[in-house]
Parts: sequence; C-alpha cells; structure tokens
Amino acid sequence: MGIPNPSVNRPVALNVKKMTGNDYKIEGKASVIWRRYKKNKLAVVGLGVFTLMCLLAIFAPLLTPYRPDVYDIFDSYYPPGTIPESGEFHLMGTDSMGGDIWTRIVFGARISLSVALLAMICTVSVGIIYGAISGYFGGWVDNIMMRIVDAIQSIPTFFLLLIVAAIITPSLWSTVLVLSVFGWTGMARIVRGEILTLKKRDFIEAARATGEKKSATIFYHVLPNAIAPITVIATLDIASNILAESSLSFLGLGIQPPTPSWGNMLTSAQELTTVMDYVWVVIFPGLFIILTVLAVNFIGDGLRDALDPKMKD
Amino acid sequence: MRLLTKYIFRRTLQAIPLLFIISIISFLLMTLAPGDPTAMYQNPEAGNEQDFTAIKEQLGVDQPIYIQYYKWLKLLVLEGNLGYSFQDGQPVMDKIVSRIPATLTLMGTAMFIAILLAIPIGVYSAVKKYSPIDYIFTFNSFLGIAVPSFFIALVVILVFSLKLEWFPASGLRSNFDTFDLKDRLHHLVLPSLTLAFGLVASMSRFMRSSMLEVIKQDFVRTARAKGLTERVVIYKHALRNALIPIITILALQLPALFGGTLFIEQLFAWPGMGRLSVSAIFIRDYQVIMGTTMIAAVMVVASNLIADILYALVDPRIQLGKN
Repeated sequence: MGIPNPSVNRPVALNVKKMTGNDYKIEGKASVIWRRYKKNKLAVVGLGVFTLMCLLAIFAPLLTPYRPDVYDIFDSYYPPGTIPESGEFHLMGTDSMGGDIWTRIVFGARISLSVALLAMICTVSVGIIYGAISGYFGGWVDNIMMRIVDAIQSIPTFFLLLIVAAIITPSLWSTVLVLSVFGWTGMARIVRGEILTLKKRDFIEAARATGEKKSATIFYHVLPNAIAPITVIATLDIASNILAESSLSFLGLGIQPPTPSWGNMLTSAQELTTVMDYVWVVIFPGLFIILTVLAVNFIGDGLRDALDPKMKD
Repeated sequence: MRLLTKYIFRRTLQAIPLLFIISIISFLLMTLAPGDPTAMYQNPEAGNEQDFTAIKEQLGVDQPIYIQYYKWLKLLVLEGNLGYSFQDGQPVMDKIVSRIPATLTLMGTAMFIAILLAIPIGVYSAVKKYSPIDYIFTFNSFLGIAVPSFFIALVVILVFSLKLEWFPASGLRSNFDTFDLKDRLHHLVLPSLTLAFGLVASMSRFMRSSMLEVIKQDFVRTARAKGLTERVVIYKHALRNALIPIITILALQLPALFGGTLFIEQLFAWPGMGRLSVSAIFIRDYQVIMGTTMIAAVMVVASNLIADILYALVDPRIQLGKN
C-alpha cells in the first residue's frame, strides 16, 4: 500500500466526470446519488409532492383566512365552494362542526407529518442501537435480543397499539410513543443483518487491530457503511407512521380534536350517513393521506436504487 | 421421514419460549400502562371507595404484576383456561372460540382471493417487465399499500352497498333461522374483498420479484434451449420455483392481516375476534385483550411453523438434517 497517486487514480474513479478537454471534475457523493435518483421519474414526483406537503404544513397560517380551532356551527356540512348567504369561500367545504376543511387539512398536515417524523426518529434510533448491539456482539446476546424481536413481530402489533393507545391519555406525544413502541423491530433486524456481513470485512478487522474501542468501531466504521438500507427503511417508516396515525385517530385513539390531524378528520366517517350525504368531509383528508404515503413510498423506492453501490449507472 | 418428524418436534419446542416471551411482553404492556379496569364501574358522584377495593380484589388487579401474571399463566398451563372476562365473568376461551369461525372465514377467503389474483399479476408483470401493463400493476400495488384499510372499507361500503345496493354493508347473515349459504356468501363479498385489497398489492410485488429472480437462472435458460415453448418454460419450470418463497411471505403477512381484520370487522359489523378485542380495549377488559392477543399470536407462530415445514417439503434443496 503506497501513497495513492492522484494522477493514476483519477480517470478510473467512478465519480469522476470528464469535462471538456483534459479537464476532470470530481463529483461529490451527493451529486452521484442525485443523478441516479433523478432517473426514477416516480421518485422525483414523490419528492415534489412530499416537499409540497411539508410547505403546506410550514406555511399553514398563510394559506387560509380561517383558524383550525374556530367553528361556526351554522355553517356545518357546507359543500365545497362559496356559502351564498355570507359569501364566505370554503375551498373544500365544511365539516360537521362548521370547520373549514382546507384549513384543517393544512394545519392537520403539521400534526400528521410531525407525528410521523418524530416517531420515525424514535424508531430509527432505537432500531439502530438495538440492531448494532445485537449484530456486533453476536453469540448469546444476539440470540436473546433477536428472539425478543421475533416475539414482537409475531404479535399482531395493532392489537397492542390499541391497548396502549386506549390506556394512555391521547396527545401528540402519546401518539408518537405508541407508534414508536413496536415500530423499531424492522430497523433492528436490517441493521443487525448489515453488521453481521460487515463484521467479517477486512476494514473492520483493521479497525479492531488498531485498538479502536468496540463502540467506536460500531459508530465510525460499521454504521456509515450500512447507511443505504437505514435510509430506505427510515423513509418507508414515515409512510407507515402516517398510515398508523390515521388508523389510530380514526378510531378516536390518536390526536384529539379540536387539534386537527388527517386521521381524526376521518373520525366522523365512522357514521355511514356522513359518508353517504357529505362525501367531501371524508374524501379530502383521505386523499391527502393517500397522496403523501404514495409520495413517501416512491421516494423510498428511488433511494433504494440511488444508494445501492452495486447499481451501475 | 424421521428427519421431518424430528424437525417438526424441534421447531414446536422452539415455539414455546417464543409464545412465553410474547405473553410477558403483552402482559407487561397492558398492566404497566396507567389505567384502571375498574374505571368502568366507577361513578365519580356516587363513588364508594370501599366498593372499588372489593371489585379490585375480586378481579385480582390489586396484586403485584408478577403475581397476576403467575396466576394467569398457571391457569392457562394447568387448565387451558384463559381466565374470565372482567365485564361479565364469562370464560374468555368460550368468548374467543365462538368468534373464531367468523374471523377465519373472513381471513381465509381474503387470502384465497389474494393468492388467486396476486400470482397471475406477479407472473405477468415479471414476464412482461417494464411493459405498460407492468407499470399499471406496479402503480396499483403502490396505491394498495398507500390506502388505509379503513378508507377502502368506507369507499367500498359507500359505492357497492349504499349507492348501488349490490351487497349488504354489515353483519354475517340476514337469515337467522337456517343456515343459508347464499346469504352468507352475499355478506362475505365486501369485507373479504376489502381485506384482500392490500394483500394483493404486497403479494403481487413479492411474486414479481420472486419470478424475476427465477427467470434469470440457468435451468430456465436450459429449458428454453431445449426448445420448449415459452408457455411450458414459464408455467412448468419457472412458476413452480418462484412459488416457493411465497409460502413464507404468506405466513409473514398474517400479523398485518390480523391488524386489517380489526378495522374490517369493526366497519362491517362482522362478529369476529377483531371486533371482540376492539370492544374489550375500549372497556379495558384485560383478560379478553390478553386472550385474543395470545390466540392471534399462537395462530401466527403456528402458521410460521407450517410455512417452514412446507418449505422443507417442497424445496428439495433444503436438507433438514444439516442445520
């Protein structure tokens, strides 16, 4: 192993782009990933839609003249359009309490997206730490830790989610907690698998040989190499969290009104007469849930290909 | 054959500690979380503290968690008894057993429909990779995964039951006097199709990738080189091999399917286990929740076991003695 010679290495390196003449430009990691990601059109659309949803959430107060917690009971169940008597405009109509649906959707985006993101951060951290410990130490530690994961994955977890959700007082943080309690097992499994294969590689052996601490080896050498599957699973976690939040809130066990969330806007749909007569109350929040989840899944799919080092471009 | 018996025996033994861990996790979670099963008896205005202590004593919830768990486990292991409902004192086992047929009918039908649709879709998408129809199927399965199951149920009820009035929206039957197969099937259509929707989406994706994996392999090329028709190559050689991993996938889908039935049974007023546990959750009937969770877990563990055994039976490459 000599000192790397840039003039020799340059042309064969994967991320070197030949510019005009003898000019070479070294492409950064991010730009390589973006170039590959762009090829998947659905993933680009997904990213656009998701960004739009985030913008709706951030700028919610600027996008509507109404407040999400102010009702006018006399304007309930007004179909999309303008109310003739008062001349007030309701883009997506009003719900049972007379709340403006568009307003509740943009403010609901804040809640639904933050719950999904916060729960994702929790599941990712727990999953990575758990999987890393289990995979790196191996042996009986790994055996016991993975049996626990097996057990959790064999329980139809939505049963347990409902138990927890029914017992603790529902709020934003309790919903995040409920979604995080069991959400980490998939991540733990993936990280463990990655680490088991990485552990046998020479560069980890080298790190150990230089006398690095176990924790340092895991965090500086092993985990950065497992970043691709971690990112993909984390993205898909956001999608499943949005779905789970909407399911919990639909049953009345998630975010509580008057705080709007996409899920609890659908609670009124439990009565079939509402669905039958006031379809817009149900359709719009449902559409936003579906669009966002679809977008996030497309992003995950695009990242999977873009981050895979074995993919040739 | 002796190897297989041994394998089945060993795997069944391994399932016992797994079920044990599941019961501990569920029990801990239920009892550690703040909340009181006697809350439903309490009337804050007329409340008498002594009565509640009596009720708590009677239900056994005044004791430490490990004693409660020990009692629960002892009853289960020695007598096969899952305890008694807090609500009406009925044996939990009886309650669940009376609900199982409805749930199994619903899940079985949904799974059957899903297999029937997902396999041809997956095979077609794999064989005609990147064709317009493949893109349509792919988009549909993304959609199938993205739509919450309760939302599909609502749309289906709205369209096929309320607007078109083709199928009934709720219940198991409308003929309560005799067993009427036609009436039962008529009620089964909407809930089972709704439940199958998400399943088709994910299973057809697995089928597609499994088929793509097989098509690349040498024996398929050999079959083509022998001059066999494309039809024979795909359906006789490739498909049979591609189906093997689907057995495992089916078993892995089961917990999610149980989650789906919770909503479907609730929305279609289908008197199964899911509906039983949702109502138990709202009144905090610990014994019933624990019972349904355990029965569902046993079914999941058992189906995983069956899948592994089937896997070993159909795939000659797996040799049982060697692991």
